[in-house]
Amino acid sequence: MRQETLYTLDTPYRQKLAVEGFRFGRGKKCCAIVGAIRGNEVQQMYTCSLLVRELKRLEQQGAINTNHEILVIPCVNHFSMNVGSRFWAMDQTDINRMFPGYDKGETTQRIAEAVFSAVQGYDYGIQFTSFYVQGEFVPHVRIMHTGYENASLANLFGLPYVLLRNPKPFDTTTLNYNWQIWNTNAFSIYSHESDDISTPQAELSVSAVLRFLSRVGALHYTCHNGYMSAILQEENLASVHTTCGGIFHRLKVAGENVRYGEVIGEILDPLTAEVKEQLIAPTSGTLFFAAKNPLITQHAEAYRIIRRMYS
Amino acid sequence: MKETIVSVQLPVQEALEIERNRLTPPVGQDGGKRICIVTGIHGDELEGQYLAYRLNRVLQAHPEHLHGTVDIYPAINPLGINSITRGVPLFDLDMNRVFPGSENSSMVEHIAHEVVEDIRGADICIDIHASNIFLTELPQVRINEMFETELVPLAKELNIDFIWVHAAATVLESTLAHSLNSIGTKCLVVEMGVGMRLTRAYGDQLLEGILNLMKTQGMWSGDTQPVREPIIGRNEVAFLNAEGAGIFISEVSHNCMVEQGQTLGVIADPLTGQDVQVVTAPEKGLLFTLRDYPVVYPGSLLGRILTGGFEK
Ligand SMILES: [Zn+2]
Repeated sequence: MRQETLYTLDTPYRQKLAVEGFRFGRGKKCCAIVGAIRGNEVQQMYTCSLLVRELKRLEQQGAINTNHEILVIPCVNHFSMNVGSRFWAMDQTDINRMFPGYDKGETTQRIAEAVFSAVQGYDYGIQFTSFYVQGEFVPHVRIMHTGYENASLANLFGLPYVLLRNPKPFDTTTLNYNWQIWNTNAFSIYSHESDDISTPQAELSVSAVLRFLSRVGALHYTCHNGYMSAILQEENLASVHTTCGGIFHRLKVAGENVRYGEVIGEILDPLTAEVKEQLIAPTSGTLFFAAKNPLITQHAEAYRIIRRMYS
Repeated sequence: MKETIVSVQLPVQEALEIERNRLTPPVGQDGGKRICIVTGIHGDELEGQYLAYRLNRVLQAHPEHLHGTVDIYPAINPLGINSITRGVPLFDLDMNRVFPGSENSSMVEHIAHEVVEDIRGADICIDIHASNIFLTELPQVRINEMFETELVPLAKELNIDFIWVHAAATVLESTLAHSLNSIGTKCLVVEMGVGMRLTRAYGDQLLEGILNLMKTQGMWSGDTQPVREPIIGRNEVAFLNAEGAGIFISEVSHNCMVEQGQTLGVIADPLTGQDVQVVTAPEKGLLFTLRDYPVVYPGSLLGRILTGGFEK
């Protein structure tokens, strides 16, 4: 393992921002892995830290194949993390909306450019990231439909689901999108979505990455096979929206199965506890996403369901 | 007439409402055109509030001169203005990155969709922004080069100093202006002043421009002043970004001509009294953007200089 400071930035009234990278193996650039880009992505950083520990152990055992280099950047944005801000604290910009970045531009564009130049040229790029709506997902690999994507490679993680997303205009400035445009096979891994940390979820993600790395020939690592991933198109998921606001009483969590017509949540009047709305499953299937905040507005997406195609 | 164009229940008791004031001409005087004045997409930009107030007063004082419908929307992001938040509170979202929205995917997208549907079909829309809390801007209209032909002639009537025709970028496709221009509703984006403040002189200047534009469209017959002729700039804009961290102390005032190499200010280190960087103009031109907020990181924008486009 070689630790390297990939980028530093002078800042007013604080120490320099230093982005640390950990390299394993040597030779051809095989895989770059990026953790926390936002200040609340603690789980993502933690997952990468476990991955660094595991790769260090594997490297000492000689398990990294020759001519395969792996780079892990557990945390790009400890600056926001240390002040409890999700985005860049000074101007609330999101570094994951600044790619490919610009080294003569605004501060967060410069950081994005530095990260992007460090992770460019790899065959594979993996990002642990988060969704902008608070809630939980079943663990999945997300890839963007750019014309360069390769969904069958995403199966190699052995996670239960691979989600294919058609990019919207704002997606064009994410790391994942730009990786693909610049010839890196890019995967975003969504797991446990929270500001706290979960060791079992992190270990699940670490195994998925190690499984992927061994299947693309970077490691010899024996592990169980994981799942045969189901490939989902985002637009084919069934959404359940609220028609009123109130306290969200969640009756199901992500990953649970639901039946057509089943009550899966309730919206309560926050002052009288009267049930204002019952949220009904529009299809049988598995919950892909469940909102988590105890308060919910009208027109919010409370659940997303993977339709069961057979029954 | 005050109307609520979209109402969404928040979790506890209240509803988020977007309001519009529609001013219509007396019976028999309507030429059939409609102009929409939109502001407050970014909750920390307030210059448009003064303009909306003043425009309301002028139009209501002289209904005899009004020959079309004027819709005034002061707050597209009311929660943001209410709580001094640039984006939409709760969602950490820049509202100007969710247009055209959709009827049923999230609360913010629903609101965006309803706003677009309400404005759709107007003859002209003016979306007024006020930079941000960091930078002061000369009154200007920004136009995506895709819509240059339709929009530049309208922008010239607005009594602004500068028209910036900029290159297209995919990420800007999710703005209100792009969404409206894409469906054939002409929308002009005005940037002026600075965030969290009112610059009355700029508001008064734009008010004259809006009345003048309405006059050229046959929507207003009251007295108007001759408007200034804007400079039209395309790619002739030099960006001035900080190279060091510290406190920016400017030595020039906004909206002046600067010479190449001229000192514009320093980035100072208050702890040691040293200059981290002496900031000089990279090129000669009009300093149309100047940093207002002193704390800077490397990369922070200090100013923009228009280096060409002066010859009409
Ligand atoms: Zn704005």
